[in-house]
Amino acid sequence: MSVKSDRFGRAAACFVAILALWMLLFWRFHWSVILTGVFFAAIITATIGSRFPAGIAKVLNPLRWFYAAIYLPYFLYYCIRANLDVAVRVIHPDVPIRPGIVKVRTNLTGELAKAFLANSITLTPGTLTIDIDGQDLYVHWINIHTDDQEKRCAEIVGRFEPLLRRIFE
Amino acid sequence: MLETIACWLFGIGLAFDVLGCIGLVRLPDVYNRAQASTKCVTLGTAMLLVATALFGVGGNWAMFVKAIICALFLLLTSPVGAHAICRGAYISGVPLAREVSVEDAFVDRARTIRAEHRKQAADIQEAEREKT
Repeated sequence: MSVKSDRFGRAAACFVAILALWMLLFWRFHWSVILTGVFFAAIITATIGSRFPAGIAKVLNPLRWFYAAIYLPYFLYYCIRANLDVAVRVIHPDVPIRPGIVKVRTNLTGELAKAFLANSITLTPGTLTIDIDGQDLYVHWINIHTDDQEKRCAEIVGRFEPLLRRIFE
Repeated sequence: MLETIACWLFGIGLAFDVLGCIGLVRLPDVYNRAQASTKCVTLGTAMLLVATALFGVGGNWAMFVKAIICALFLLLTSPVGAHAICRGAYISGVPLAREVSVEDAFVDRARTIRAEHRKQAADIQEAEREKT
């Protein structure tokens, strides 16, 4: 029973999300727009509804939104720093890079949380997530400056982990 | 006021886009190029979209909403694309230029995935041969 209701919840959330997106993109309330939206939302829900992230009821928790609101400027700061970092490396006449692939561990377990962690790592200074294997992330690092595993984890993952855990788990 | 900010955002975003393209030419291999192009081009293009959104504030709210949604989708999908390209590149055996170190665990993992792919391809060929 619970599996069935979970599947129904996912499909319903997927349908509502896609319909809302459609209405926002059209920005017009006309019966033909809504009818087409319902039609396409139904098709998409039928094909990928079962892959929609579970536990969507978490969206209704205002505390998570509060942490998300903190996360956004925090992430933007690192994103802009990353861009300046890459810009300096690109313009510098010697192209100063020490690239390699390192492994870092994360404590996050949720699929969505890990996906956001990987995306955040990719958009922050000098790192690009290449692969995820369970709790291990393989990261291409443009400037390896330490051999210490813990320092690496702290620098790459530590920035985002606490906030992402509060948002998604 | 808003239009001034939007114009500045246009300028800065374009500058980042240009830097990303220069990085695409100057950096040595596919991984570093993906780094430059995802970071600079994502932020640069997101800035252009936010500037577009700012022009829509007040009169044209539809433009505002559409541009913000596009920016969000760009921020979500561009790192995923870079991840897929780099993973594919490593598994198909593109070496790192000027490499300092590659984690042994990842070398092993790539090897097993490669072997799996080869086995799948062989199985498919086998099945086709049996059909004909």
